[in-house]
Amino acid sequence: MAELLTPTKPLAVNPLKACQPIGASLAFLGLADCLPLEHGARGCTSFNKLFFMRHFNEPIALQTTAMDQITTVLGADGSIVEALATICERDRPKVIGLISTGLSSMQGSDIPRTVAEFRAKHPEHAGIDVIVAPATDTLGCLESGFALAVEAIIEALAPVGAALRLRHQVNVLASAMLTPGDVEDIKVWIEAYGLTPIMLPDIADSLDGHLTDTGFSTLTYGGTTGDEIGRMGRSAATLVIGRSLDGAADLLRERTGIPDYRFDGAIGLAASDAFSDALGAIANRAMPAKVARKRAQLLDAMVDTQFQLGGARIAIAADADLCASLVAFFVEMGAEVVAAVASAKGQQLASLPLDSVVIGDLEDFEWLARERGADLLVTNSHGADIAKRTGAALLRAGFPIYDSYGAHAESFVGYAGGRRTLFRIADLLAANFQELRPYRSRFRAEPDAARRSSLP
Amino acid sequence: MKPEDVLALKDEPACAQNNKSKSGCAAPKPGATQGGCCYDGARNALLPIADAAHIVHGPIGCAGSSWDNRGSRSSGSDLYRVGMTTDLSDMDVIMGRGEKKLYGAIRYVAERYNPAAVFVYVTCIPALQGDDVDVVAKTASERFGLSVIPIDCAGFYGNKNLGNRIAGDAVVRHVIGTREPDPLPASSDFPGTVHDVNLIGEWNVGGEFWNVAPLFDELGLRILCSFSGDSRFREVQTMHRAKANMVVCSKAMIHVARKLEESYGAPYFEGSFYGVRDTSDAFRNFARLLNDPELDRRTEALIAREEACVANELVSIRPRVAGKRVLVFAGGYKSWSLVSAMQDLGVEVVATGTEKSTEEDKARIRELMGPQARMIEDNDQRALIAAFHDCGADVLVAGDRYIFPAMKSRLPFLDIDHVRRIGYAGYAGIIELARNLDAVANSPVWARAQNRSLAARPAA
Repeated sequence: MAELLTPTKPLAVNPLKACQPIGASLAFLGLADCLPLEHGARGCTSFNKLFFMRHFNEPIALQTTAMDQITTVLGADGSIVEALATICERDRPKVIGLISTGLSSMQGSDIPRTVAEFRAKHPEHAGIDVIVAPATDTLGCLESGFALAVEAIIEALAPVGAALRLRHQVNVLASAMLTPGDVEDIKVWIEAYGLTPIMLPDIADSLDGHLTDTGFSTLTYGGTTGDEIGRMGRSAATLVIGRSLDGAADLLRERTGIPDYRFDGAIGLAASDAFSDALGAIANRAMPAKVARKRAQLLDAMVDTQFQLGGARIAIAADADLCASLVAFFVEMGAEVVAAVASAKGQQLASLPLDSVVIGDLEDFEWLARERGADLLVTNSHGADIAKRTGAALLRAGFPIYDSYGAHAESFVGYAGGRRTLFRIADLLAANFQELRPYRSRFRAEPDAARRSSLP
Repeated sequence: MKPEDVLALKDEPACAQNNKSKSGCAAPKPGATQGGCCYDGARNALLPIADAAHIVHGPIGCAGSSWDNRGSRSSGSDLYRVGMTTDLSDMDVIMGRGEKKLYGAIRYVAERYNPAAVFVYVTCIPALQGDDVDVVAKTASERFGLSVIPIDCAGFYGNKNLGNRIAGDAVVRHVIGTREPDPLPASSDFPGTVHDVNLIGEWNVGGEFWNVAPLFDELGLRILCSFSGDSRFREVQTMHRAKANMVVCSKAMIHVARKLEESYGAPYFEGSFYGVRDTSDAFRNFARLLNDPELDRRTEALIAREEACVANELVSIRPRVAGKRVLVFAGGYKSWSLVSAMQDLGVEVVATGTEKSTEEDKARIRELMGPQARMIEDNDQRALIAAFHDCGADVLVAGDRYIFPAMKSRLPFLDIDHVRRIGYAGYAGIIELARNLDAVANSPVWARAQNRSLAARPAA
């Protein structure tokens, strides 16, 4: 059981946290033909767009209602209607994710009413879905904003009521902690059991980084389609990865009556086995040979790298889902998690096998990592300077990662992802290993001078 | 900030288009707006003051996704790279605890980081709330004995340019003139008169100004302050003592130069360090304003030496880039300074973007590219890609907002944004620019990517 510590600081120094609107945008970026629209000042969207561009190395579909001084004070409902109409005409999306920000929340903007106004005024755009995600940046973090948007998507598009079940179809609710690489691996994993997954959202399809014949688009390059979401009511089961999606999972179960299996993560052997077991139960079959082979390879890698990881001192900072998932993984490997920092509270944090988890920023993280002599830091790219200052190695995970190619393609989950992650960690620890400094006895005469002269 | 204060900031006698209507730039169109806000611009302008603490007063949205996103380099203190925000929560807003939290934040930063000064950026939420940040800053300043400068730059006030201007205005009012420059160090020992100058709007992106700084030393030009790349707060305080100023970037910063001229009589000129011609012109302009024949002589000798050196270095690269058709897409002063730099390399500039450019900028473009110069006002990515094909361009030179759309469209692309890590300024920078342009323009990757049937074929 871990105690949750909240440092009483009047500010965040080197923030770990990114805001809820950016998380909500990410969820919408996993829908096909979608354009997320943030209701706020233009800067919110400008920053969030660059944040994801640098992380994914992709153009990012994101627009703003561009609230200015007048609309902020007198009401920006007209800006929403105008923005929706403009986007419908210019960009022709199938879905618009309308996201509130701190500014519009504080202003008290009634977004659902305004969307109704848009509908009345522009019946010609009736075919375009507008999904409202209330995500102020004065609460939560990226992960919780993402979860809010997933909930809003289910609320708007998922079917209600029991339907004829398809034995081989499963729904997957995928949390913000999963990279496009992770989501892709999860799909392959599920398919190995003869099942067909519907991922919600599917950032593996939209943000994996692939060139298309159509070139640049102002919309997403792929993702879950409205049609797929409409078929979610016919799945045999729902797999939920990440505790942050509990609310969304409850809603989906309530609406469809489909049983669900929930997982805090899928990194490492134990978590992967739990996921495989669920797939086996749904598909009613034993572990496929291909999966079993990957599992055996992971076991071998665990053996090979245990010398590096055993007793290694690890410090982790991330949003709650990823933080908890990584803690479980390192504990399983016999490493010692000396510091765990989460950007905001998550239900599962208190049950982690640690003394404490800090809800804080990267200043807290740096202080803990230094104080407790961490060998390896696991956090986003902002950790690079901390690693330099503390002399620890850095494994990049979370958001944003802007100084490493293909970070979004890395996968941590499953047997293969766990194996690659272990090798990366072992290499980092080995490369960062501090050898003993040479000691020169004052009774010895210059042995080096003689050796140097003998060199060619 | 009241609307009339915003309007007053838009009144700029030194600006050629000052007599235009004061609606500011076109109002942003909801659903079709790109580019940053006032806070973005204000923080960009001041963040490179390296030994100051920069506290963003607002919820996590403002700093959380944008801290440490600037490529400005410091030769010493790196306090400016520490992200700081009051991270306002729901309860802070509802209970009106913003001011108290900000005061606590300044105390924390003062005690823990010992900053040379504190800049407080007021964002949308506290502006709408009506936090009296001026009073908090004044109180904290007296209590902790350090300068605390409030920057009233809510994102909804307007665009990045206005933010630049707000930042400059605050510095003129609160910082410049609050300290006298140090005497020249005894070791500096220069044969001739040393002149004090400032640079305004030089950001030292990727450390690029370090290409140019040694030449200033050689000429006997002491840079009192480079506002604000690699600067220190104590240097900003002394800017009023410079004998000549150069406005390097951002028309929005010209009022700083104008105020210095009005109040302290220091003349200024506008210039750039991109390209051979512009770099040489910058040094000549300093010599002209400082009116020192000895400096004139030294300047001409230096220019002759450096230009010969660049010409020599470019001998092998020039044939590889000469005749390439380049579309330059960068806002403001870069819309002409890059054109000139490209022309120095024998590259043909087929069009240039003029987002954020002024009438003067456009006149300079016509001077460089002829009266028929094609200018692209629209900053829409799709329009830009269409223009690229339209002009039959070979390479797109633009900021990072355009890099990934360009790559999706398989267009050869050279990044010149302010978050880049490569310096292109000065004589050494143009060689770097030429090398990179060569690499991009002549890369075999483009042909492979542009051949769709080849790209679509699965690997054998």
